[in-house]
Amino acid sequence: MKRKLYELAHARAGDKGNTTILSLIAYRPDDFPLLRDRVTPEALKRHFAGIIKGEVTRHELPGLGALQFVGHNALGGGVTTSLAVDAHGKSLSSALLEMEIDV
Amino acid sequence: MADTVRIGCGAGFQGDRLEPALILAGQGELDYLMLECLGERTVALAQLRKLHDAKHGYDPLLERRMRGLLPLIKKNGVRVVTNMGAANPRAGAEAIVALARELGIKLRVAALTGDDVLDALDPAQEMLETGEPLSSIGALFSANAYLGVEAMLPALESGADIVLTGRVADPSLALAPLAHHYGWKLDDAERMARGTVVGHLLECAGQLTGGYYADPGKKDVPGMAALGFPFADVDGDGNARFSKVTGTGGTINRMTATEQLLYEVTDPAAYLTPDVTADFTGVEIAETAPDTITVKGARGRRRPDALKVSVGYHAGYIGEGEISYGGENCRARAELAGEIVAERLRGQFQELRVDILGLSSLHTRPMSPGDYRPYEVRLRVAGRSADRDMAARIGEEIEALWTNGPAGGGGARKSTQEQIGILSCLLPREKVHPQVTVFES
Repeated sequence: MKRKLYELAHARAGDKGNTTILSLIAYRPDDFPLLRDRVTPEALKRHFAGIIKGEVTRHELPGLGALQFVGHNALGGGVTTSLAVDAHGKSLSSALLEMEIDV
Repeated sequence: MADTVRIGCGAGFQGDRLEPALILAGQGELDYLMLECLGERTVALAQLRKLHDAKHGYDPLLERRMRGLLPLIKKNGVRVVTNMGAANPRAGAEAIVALARELGIKLRVAALTGDDVLDALDPAQEMLETGEPLSSIGALFSANAYLGVEAMLPALESGADIVLTGRVADPSLALAPLAHHYGWKLDDAERMARGTVVGHLLECAGQLTGGYYADPGKKDVPGMAALGFPFADVDGDGNARFSKVTGTGGTINRMTATEQLLYEVTDPAAYLTPDVTADFTGVEIAETAPDTITVKGARGRRRPDALKVSVGYHAGYIGEGEISYGGENCRARAELAGEIVAERLRGQFQELRVDILGLSSLHTRPMSPGDYRPYEVRLRVAGRSADRDMAARIGEEIEALWTNGPAGGGGARKSTQEQIGILSCLLPREKVHPQVTVFES
């Protein structure tokens, strides 16, 4: 069965230059291992194809039930010179929660 | 918690709302009020205003914020720590002193300068983002080093009611008063890290109390129109309890705090500031009462040797135009309009961006499967040029769609804006010379 991350987790997006920083936080601590297994850096990079153009790294924070993703070359050349409507990529947290995973 | 010091955060960005700080200063029983109002681009824009007029370059909202706050901080003995000095803390301090005289209030303002390092940079130095030398982006007009607690302490020790800085690391606005109050040593990395967590959780103000968090039906936040800003009660070891003024809107819980703890952190095991290398991986957040959390468990290592510097440069002009289409076949009409404009401007812009708002402007496409048929969409075209008139052509071509484009285009808008680019580099600490000047009303 597939479920949207939106049902299992909440998210926030931040920015540093041309890098997006995406926090994915399980609502229930019990769901953290599932998120850790399914939302790999590779899976995230596939989901964000055409948006995150560089490398994706992931930090695990089991104590907080959270995964922290850092996506390089993701903000149209950089927040201050991007032509995008959402130059900071603030809405990318919602794009992340659209991702579907097998449960 | 026995002996604690209370720090509130009354602004989380330059244009933040004014009222929450007044509530904190009036009813929050604060020891310190921090106001974080300086983004990377904000300080560069302030530098441009200073270049234009040497009496300006401090935060454009400084007088408006302070007019309401000064009587409250004087009455309640709250000390303010803020980066609203922007590119010109001394001129900002003089403006506050003038305002205090007008209001009949006696106070002292300590201005911290020395973050302006434009003359100290080496053009051959590499930029962090691109690896290219600084000289490759043309003439820089601003360069501000992120100062930290060490530079801020003399300002606090002066006893001033208000500490007005330019570029300092955002969390240092909370850490400096903590280090001052408790006498923490600069090399006490554990306490510096815990105080940095306090500052990081507070620095975006409403982002800890339900702002940038609420999602109706999923993550409900009560009373958002009157969103209250947070304060922290911090003990001598840096352990903290966070809450907000009773009766204000918003919420503080484990979820809001976890989102803010991780916000804009590229490495949770090594969060770099001028004060410490902080490790957030062991942080524990507990809900202890309604709208109350405790936070502990950050670890710290030695501070970085070099300071980060933000440089500002002229990046040309952005031209933009938008127009809406609705009803049956609106998407196709908007797409046709975009093609027409792109063809009319072909070859004139290095990068021309065509977006359909309502469909693909944020994420290039709908991110989940399914056929989206929006009832209305808005075409947006944007491009950059070194020439203002050329950038303006984009909006002109959008407006021309009224009579030269597809059926039913409405609500055309255009704008042309100067664009300030920001990049960063590192600078050895010894090249930076902070200075404190005290002004008195």
